[in-house]
Amino acid sequence: MTNDKSVSKFAISRRGLLAASAAGATGLALGFPSPALSQGAPLKVGLMLPSSGTFAKLGQFIDNGFSLYVEQKGGMLGGRPVEFIRLDDESKPETATDNMNRLVGRDKVDFVVGTVHSGVAMAMVKVARDTGVPLIIPNAGADEATGPLCAPNIFRTSFSNWQVSEPMGKVMHYVGHRNVVSITWRYAAGIQMAKGFAEGFTKAGGTVVEELTLPFPEVEFQAMITRIAQLKPDAVFAFFAGGGAVKFVTDYAAAGLQGKIPLYGTGFLTDGTLPAQGAAAEGIRTTLHYADDLNNPANVAFLEAFKKKTGQVGDIYAVQGFDAAALLDVGLTATKGDSAARDAMFAVMGSAKLDSPRGPLAFSAAHNPIQDIYLREVRQGKNTLVSVASKGVADPARGCKMT
Amino acid sequence: MAAMFATALFLPLVVGDYYLQFAAKVMLLGILAMSLNLNVGFGGMVSLCHAAFFGLAGYVLVLVTPEYEAPNLVWTLLVALAVVALVAAVIGALSLRTRGIYFIMVTLAFGEMLYFLFHDTSIGGGSDGIFLYVKPLLTLGGLSIDLENPLTFYMVALVCCALSWALITHLLASPFGDSLTAARDNERRAMSLGIPVFAVRLVAFIVSAVMAGLAGYLSAAQFGFVAPQMLGWHMSAVALVMVVLGGTRKVAGPLFGAVVLVVLEDILKIYLGEQWKLVYGGVIVALVLFLPGGLQDILRLTLPQGWFRRTAPVTQPIVVGGKQ
Amino acid sequence: MDIATFAIQLLNAVQYGLVLFLVASGLTLVFGILGVINLAHGAFYMLGAYFAWWFTLATGNLFIGIVAAFVVSFLLGLLLESLFIKRLYGRDHLSQVLLSFGLILVLDKLRQIVFGRDVYSVPLPEWLSGSIQLTDLQSYPHYRVALIGFCLLVAAAIFFVINRTRIGMIVRAGAENRDMTRALGIPFDRVNRLVFAVGIALAALAGAVIAPVSTVFPGMGDSMLILSFVVVVLGGVGSVPGAAIGALLIGLIDTFGKVFLPEFAGVLIYLLMALVLLWRPTGIMGKREI
Repeated sequence: MTNDKSVSKFAISRRGLLAASAAGATGLALGFPSPALSQGAPLKVGLMLPSSGTFAKLGQFIDNGFSLYVEQKGGMLGGRPVEFIRLDDESKPETATDNMNRLVGRDKVDFVVGTVHSGVAMAMVKVARDTGVPLIIPNAGADEATGPLCAPNIFRTSFSNWQVSEPMGKVMHYVGHRNVVSITWRYAAGIQMAKGFAEGFTKAGGTVVEELTLPFPEVEFQAMITRIAQLKPDAVFAFFAGGGAVKFVTDYAAAGLQGKIPLYGTGFLTDGTLPAQGAAAEGIRTTLHYADDLNNPANVAFLEAFKKKTGQVGDIYAVQGFDAAALLDVGLTATKGDSAARDAMFAVMGSAKLDSPRGPLAFSAAHNPIQDIYLREVRQGKNTLVSVASKGVADPARGCKMT
Repeated sequence: MAAMFATALFLPLVVGDYYLQFAAKVMLLGILAMSLNLNVGFGGMVSLCHAAFFGLAGYVLVLVTPEYEAPNLVWTLLVALAVVALVAAVIGALSLRTRGIYFIMVTLAFGEMLYFLFHDTSIGGGSDGIFLYVKPLLTLGGLSIDLENPLTFYMVALVCCALSWALITHLLASPFGDSLTAARDNERRAMSLGIPVFAVRLVAFIVSAVMAGLAGYLSAAQFGFVAPQMLGWHMSAVALVMVVLGGTRKVAGPLFGAVVLVVLEDILKIYLGEQWKLVYGGVIVALVLFLPGGLQDILRLTLPQGWFRRTAPVTQPIVVGGKQ
Repeated sequence: MDIATFAIQLLNAVQYGLVLFLVASGLTLVFGILGVINLAHGAFYMLGAYFAWWFTLATGNLFIGIVAAFVVSFLLGLLLESLFIKRLYGRDHLSQVLLSFGLILVLDKLRQIVFGRDVYSVPLPEWLSGSIQLTDLQSYPHYRVALIGFCLLVAAAIFFVINRTRIGMIVRAGAENRDMTRALGIPFDRVNRLVFAVGIALAALAGAVIAPVSTVFPGMGDSMLILSFVVVVLGGVGSVPGAAIGALLIGLIDTFGKVFLPEFAGVLIYLLMALVLLWRPTGIMGKREI
């Protein structure tokens, strides 16, 4: 009953798929060029990212990272010219399904890339599952996307919430903290991060004394910070992002807790926010799949090219956008630019090994990255690499049944 | 008007699935706006919590639906509408103790209360919203209505839209409608005539809330997703814009307001990208300052009579509660 | 909860309530005197914070930044009144709701074009950035103490102007009976413009003084708008003392609600409002009949 919709919606690409599998599947093996209908036409890539609202800046960096890769390939992916269709998702889950239908149903894109906000990404995942359109998630970390809702056509080039928070639990126990308070927004990403952290920390033998939460995206932290001072934990684990991260870190320092109760978190607490946080962020330790001063050749080259293109310093969001394009390129190169040969493309993408600026990047069976998680510390306004917190971390992909 | 609805029956023959979905979405917003106008235009009650009923019904549908089983269309709809009616009765009874500016502020605050109830607590997925994985299904003997199918959904939306229009029209033509408009025009006189103003207004408030609930229920079924923003006051304000844009004195006016506003939004998004809201906001300001009667004013002033009649059925005479 | 913690939470509640009072007093005056419902009030809270950020950055002085935010918003208020709001007097509330909704969208977009959409923080001067140590871990920031003091001063000034000056007398008379005041030959056009501009400037002032502790971000006006509506409903339209009571009540409920009933802190406020409405439909200090 779900197929109804996709059959009519995808009449054209289905026909392409049939043509490809009838003539092409055998033809490819024999070395004939694939006769897909749309071969010469540009590849339509829908970029559904926030260009307004809290996450606008992140959306812009992902977009720039993605375009940078395409430009480096002469405006092509898999040898086909690329046409972008951009759509502002405003980080609003309530309009996400509608926007996604617009890209898939009206604009008939070949791929969708997006987005930052987990709630919006979940709505996109749902449409991608219903319609079969290939989706690459360049940021949103919702565990479900590569967990219970995983699908052959859904890939992620960023992280899962569990993946970046669980190693922090181990790290904090290792440095000697036993009683810890966690604080976050009460929404999917926050709850999953706090849970991932608690899993790592309690498994190592620590105790989470209290889990403080407040509604997303509220930033009146004063009552919570007073509560932390009252509880006197060994350390605090926090997940906030964007404006909330700036405010929490500055409030925490203003309340006199900086340096007295050490603050830890996932990288988002200090990523892209350091200029606004200033001295209040000094000494905060975070885990993430990237650090500003990684000096592997891929990162050095990437940062230089990004600076040249945009005049800005590349960050993890730009890297994730860049890798999304790289992953698509791998898949399309294998099918010689035929975006209709989806099965073949997905197989190649699933086993891709990318030399990402973040370090070696592979994909799990659930299509989530397998990557190193770094421990970083804020020193003189930079997220400086301390060590590799955990090598080759793969999300457990709980509940994923790939069909 | 009936002819317009009949014409709309043939839309599926000329457009594809995407535009059918689009049209269905517009119809649902049209129901929302028409029902709001029962309060605003005919009852004189400017409510800023109308979207709360819209969203509430959507949430009820999602919450009573078992996770992987198709919910029964009839009883989930009945439950949703019953909950909305109950909540509307409570909010209405409290809010209608006030008048004018107070009424606006109080409805705004109650709407936001419902918004925060779903936004802050874990009842329905918090600020992330919540998904509906299987859409409602109705099987009656050999006939089966499956809202998963875009064509079926469009037809259901169309029928509901037509029924809502008919219901409001008949309600206004009844003595109840006369009482409502009389209370709007002069509350004291209506009271001295023995009209139970409070009760009449409360009934109108509940009826319009239930209709908004119907639209919200279908909207949740269409997108398979509900989020707190569906209940927020921005949504209520947008519905008010539709009402004023289409004109408050005709039952179907707000429906056309919805069509124009949604299409305008889409066009602005295509041509202006990010800056669309600037023009959108400007249009709303201009509407208030220069076109208080809504689009009907433009049509009446600029188009030759004959052309106007064929394409803009907004102005076909509709008997409403004796008061024009 | 020990004494120190309770004291700090109480200060948090009072400080929150006072900032809310600055926003709501402007709103209640505009309601009461002009009879205009202004949904764009929250947008000026946000704009005030952005102005304060911009001027503080440009001049390097927080004090100048805050004063400049107040003055610029006041001028903006005069302009908007003469362009738009003036046309709303005597129009139905529906038009007022819609026009101010349109203004919200436009102002927000303009803010994005002028100031961008980043989150900014406003630096504190050295002498305000410390904190008072209460116990070994618990302390209260100097700036928040200063904030409480400043808000109290502004509140005192508002009360003084309203109760002790000629303009205040007109304002009180206007809130009591608009038509009668007009009939007495009071130059209402100028009073209206002044009240609207001051109302908006008060919201902007609240945004400006909160900027150093809250950071400056796009959506900051939204929640403030709804809360100040609730304050006005609680206190009674046009009543400044009512706004003060309402704002402090909400500050207390919100702060302690967050501590004891974190999930329902948001809903508690509206429950309070419903109760007050049952008791007195026109607010605690509102006029009896409407």
